[in-house]
This record gives sequence, structure tokens and C-alpha cells, in this order.
Amino acid sequence: MVNDFVVEATELHKEFQRDAFQVIALQDVHLTIQRGEFVAFMGPSGSGKSTLLYLIAAIDRPTRGQVKVLGQDILRLKERAIADWRNENIGFIFQTFNLIPVLTARENVELPLLLTHLSRQERAEHAATALGLVGLSDRMDHYPRQLSGGQEQRVAIARAIVSDPSIILADEPTGDLDAQSAQEILTILSRLNRDHGKTILMVTHDPHAARHASKIRYLEKGELLPEGAPQPE
Amino acid sequence: MPLPLSYNLKNLTVRKTTSLMTALGIGLTVAVLLGILALVGGLEKALQATGHPLHLLVMRKNSLSELVSQVNREAVSSIRNKPGIRQLDGEPMVSPEIVTVINLPRHNSPEGANVNIRGLPPMGIRMRPNLKLMEGRWFRPGQREVVVGKSIARRYVNAAVGDRLRFGRGDWSVVGVLDAGNTAFDSEIWVGLNQLATDSNRMEVLSSVLVRAADPVSLQALQNALADDQRLYLEGKREVDYYQEQTASAEPVKFLGIFVAVIMAVGSCFAAMNTMYAAVARRSREIGTLRVLGFSGGSILLAFVIESLLLSLLGGLIGVLLVLPLHGLESGIGNNLTFSETGFDFRLSPAMVALGVGFASIMGLLGGLLPARGAARESILSALREL
Repeated sequence: MVNDFVVEATELHKEFQRDAFQVIALQDVHLTIQRGEFVAFMGPSGSGKSTLLYLIAAIDRPTRGQVKVLGQDILRLKERAIADWRNENIGFIFQTFNLIPVLTARENVELPLLLTHLSRQERAEHAATALGLVGLSDRMDHYPRQLSGGQEQRVAIARAIVSDPSIILADEPTGDLDAQSAQEILTILSRLNRDHGKTILMVTHDPHAARHASKIRYLEKGELLPEGAPQPE
Repeated sequence: MPLPLSYNLKNLTVRKTTSLMTALGIGLTVAVLLGILALVGGLEKALQATGHPLHLLVMRKNSLSELVSQVNREAVSSIRNKPGIRQLDGEPMVSPEIVTVINLPRHNSPEGANVNIRGLPPMGIRMRPNLKLMEGRWFRPGQREVVVGKSIARRYVNAAVGDRLRFGRGDWSVVGVLDAGNTAFDSEIWVGLNQLATDSNRMEVLSSVLVRAADPVSLQALQNALADDQRLYLEGKREVDYYQEQTASAEPVKFLGIFVAVIMAVGSCFAAMNTMYAAVARRSREIGTLRVLGFSGGSILLAFVIESLLLSLLGGLIGVLLVLPLHGLESGIGNNLTFSETGFDFRLSPAMVALGVGFASIMGLLGGLLPARGAARESILSALREL
């Protein structure tokens, strides 16, 4: 039977040096994610949640182990190819939104499309569609400073989905938001998963946010706890 | 695919004070460079345009200028009889001349500056047909009258038509103003040959003899004949070459100006570098985000280099605007061969403007390259974690 895994990580291990100490961020993680899943990763600070996300997005490289995303062994790709691959397949949402302050909402959303072969007209249409999906059709020409935190994060989501990637990685997407804005963001992510079939991997501290996911995985001290394991104390 | 230009422009306008200060620094450097080039360009134009291609300026051997040359009157007869000299109305085109120097007060400098006085016969004027009187009339033989070059008329005291200049043995009436087409003659005062010879007690000793050859071959032959005539101990120099050599008087100014501009350019490079390093540091997370979105290190490098170039182009533009009012401004510079001042107009040519903008671009490129390289090479993770 052909599997439909979008992420397959084997013995994924990450260590780094901090001053005189060797820190183990991830310890022999085995992980598979099926297409269309919405998985939340929870755990205390320093448990390796974000590191796992960065390795899947090929933003960082593991000390050892293997990670295949959409069937591609991303560790074999060179830097230029990784950039193209990421642009094509990964949408990334940051806790602090990370919009470019000098660009309007529309221009921010159009950024990933500059790396495609779409015409200016097509790029504008795609950006407008993405902003429409997150309910910001009336804020397209606003600069980030003219938007609320929740609206900024919605622009960031529009930017993450505008190139129609298969996987959306969200690193604490509601961490900087008030409860109402957080709920709006989680609703949008749920809709993207349910209605548009996007695979979503979300790192969060918030149990309420995690409940929007179809599966919750816990990490502790760099180890990925077995599926179905209870939340660690 | 590079980042859109609007991204760079908007980033520059967001930090407009820093951008303007950096651009101003670059602009001042460009202004110094262009100012010097305009000065040298103006002086070169004045000197290089002086002279007729068939004219031979005969002076004592090894004389660097007419001022220090001595030619006996008897030698003039020998020169007149040389073959290959063009005739005008049955007369050989030969003009024995005396050049001396006096000090005159300037409008903005009461201590004055040295000015060349040229005594010449009517043939000397006829041999320079491109000169014209822009005011008044020519001096009359035997009268204490002078015609001044337009540069003298504008910049010196009592040098307008109707004024009286005091030099030599008394006063001289200014009866005309000469337009020599922005050549070196605009910086001279012309009088009748014999009047100046009497006044300066130089009846037997002239400074030079100007000769018009019939054609280029005759010019060369005349030059050879003079060189071979051991009795006369004279040499003929092409008039255009003589004035061309005087452009060397601008060399020290040119060297000093370019030296100052280069020192300033180094400072401006560091200013641009500082600005760009600050921009890279401030936008570290932005750079990380762009990398996550799929922009390569090369795109980031290009973006910051373009930003630095835009900054320097603005600086170049400021430099050009700063120096533009100098264009056409009349000034003078001491000529170490004639011991007198040569007037000239500052000349800013399109080529100089292009050079200034190019110079600014090089400053921007050098200043922006290292910070841009740093931005491109920073790991995505460390860029994202910068606050």
C-alpha cells in the first residue's frame, strides 16, 4: 500500500553548542504526518517544538537523521534548491507575524509570488484572493502599522497560503494575540485544513489552540512522546 | 527573481534622516570632485582653444614662456625673409610682440594679481581674426591706449572702457574690450607694440615673434629652419602647443582636488557602509523572513546592494546640484609659466556629471557590498531570532 505521508522523520537529532555546553534540542525523533492532518505540537519551552518545525521547513539542518517532506529528502538539496522548494511547498506563519513593514498587506502577500512565473496581473489576483480568504479584502492597501495584531497575523496567513503550498507550518501563531484574535486565527487555520485540505503543523503552548488540531503530539526535553501519551506534568 | 525596487525605495524613505545624511556626505564628495573637474575643464578649454594651427611662436631657445624670452629686433628681419610664410596684402604675416606683466587690483582682491600686457603691431591683430571687439575701438598707434580682454574688464578695477589704468610710466586709457572667445587672450591687455616698447624701455628686445606659415608643410620647414639657424639662437613652437603646455599650471590644483575627493570618498564609503550595516542589523528578522519565503541569499545581497546604490545615486544627484551653480562662473588661476593670472569659466560637461554619478555609485557599491554580503550569508535561524 502506498503511504500518503507528507512528513517522514527518522532518528532526527539536533544538537548545538551554547557557550561551553552541548545542548540537545531534539533526540532521535521518529515522526510521520499524513496528508491533510492538523497536528499540534505542545511542550514546555526548550522542549524542541520549534526546532522540529524548522527542520521540517529546511530552515535548519539536523545533526543526524533523515527528514523527507512530500517524498523529497530535503537534506540532499542545495541551498538555492531548498529556497525554491520551500517557496513552492511550505507556508510559514510566525508568532510575531514578520510582515515587511514598508510593504502594504497586498505587497506582503505578493512576495512569495515574485519567485513564480506569474504575471503582475495574476499575482495581484492571487494576493486579492488570499486576502479575501482571511477576510481582509478591505485592508489590502494598509501597511502593517495600520493593522491590529490579529489582522497582521491574518495577512501573514494569506502570505503563507498564496502560493498554494501543501503544508502550512505555524510557530505559535496565536502567541502574541488576544483571545478573540487568536480564535479568529484558529478558525481560519481549521478552515484551511478542513475545506482546502492543507496539512497543518502548529507549535503552541495554548491547550485551547491545540484543541483545534486533529492530533496533539507532546515533546519533552527534545523527545517526541508516543502518540496518545498524556500531556506531561 | 530580485525583490521589487519599491521595497528598496520604501526602506530608504522610512529612515529618511539617515538616508539623507549619508547621501549628503556622498554628495559633498561628488561636489568637491566635480568642482575641481569644472575648474580644470574650464582652464583647459581656455588654454587649449588658444592659438592658430598654422602659427609658429618664435622665442629664444629653451624659453618656457614669452615672458622670459628675448628676441632681438634684427632677428625679426631674418624671420620675415624665411620662405613658407603666408602673405597678407603683400606683407608677410609676422608679428613681433612684447609681453610683460603688471599688477592690477581686482574687484574682490585689492592686493591685485599679475596680468599680461601684450604689445603688438596691427598685423598681430589681423593674424587673430577670431578675436572681436565687443565694446569700444582698437588702440591707435602712438597713443597711450589699451584694449582689455573681457575677463580683465569684468574682474579688475578701472578696466572698463573710459577708465584709466596706471602702469609703466603713467596712465593708459581703456578704449576697447576684446572678446577672444574664452581663450587665454581674454586675460590679457593689448597695446601698440612701439608704445609698450618705449614705455618699458625695450626698443631692441622683443619677447616673441608670431609667424603664420603658408601650410602645415611650410610650418614644419620653418620650424626646422629656425632650429638650424645657429646665428639667431631661436626656436619655433606651434602656438597651439605653447598654450596646451600651460594647462600644466592646473595640475597641482587638479592633484590636490582629486586627492581631497579620494580622501572624502573613503569617508563616504564608510558612512554608506555604516548606514547599510545599521539597515541590515535593524532588518535582520525581515531578512530571515524573506529567506523563509524562498528568496535566496543572492536576492538579499542584490537588494541591499541596490539600496546602497540608490542611496549613492541620490548622493550623486545632490553633488551635481551643489556644483551646478558653479557652471559658467568666471574665475582665474595663477599661471606659473607666464607669472600672471589666466581667467576661465568653470565648465561642467555632461561627461563630468556622468563621472560624478559614477564616482558616487562606486562609493555606494563599495559601502554596500560588505553589509549586503553579511545579510546574504547570515543563517536564516539566527536572522529570525534577532530582535
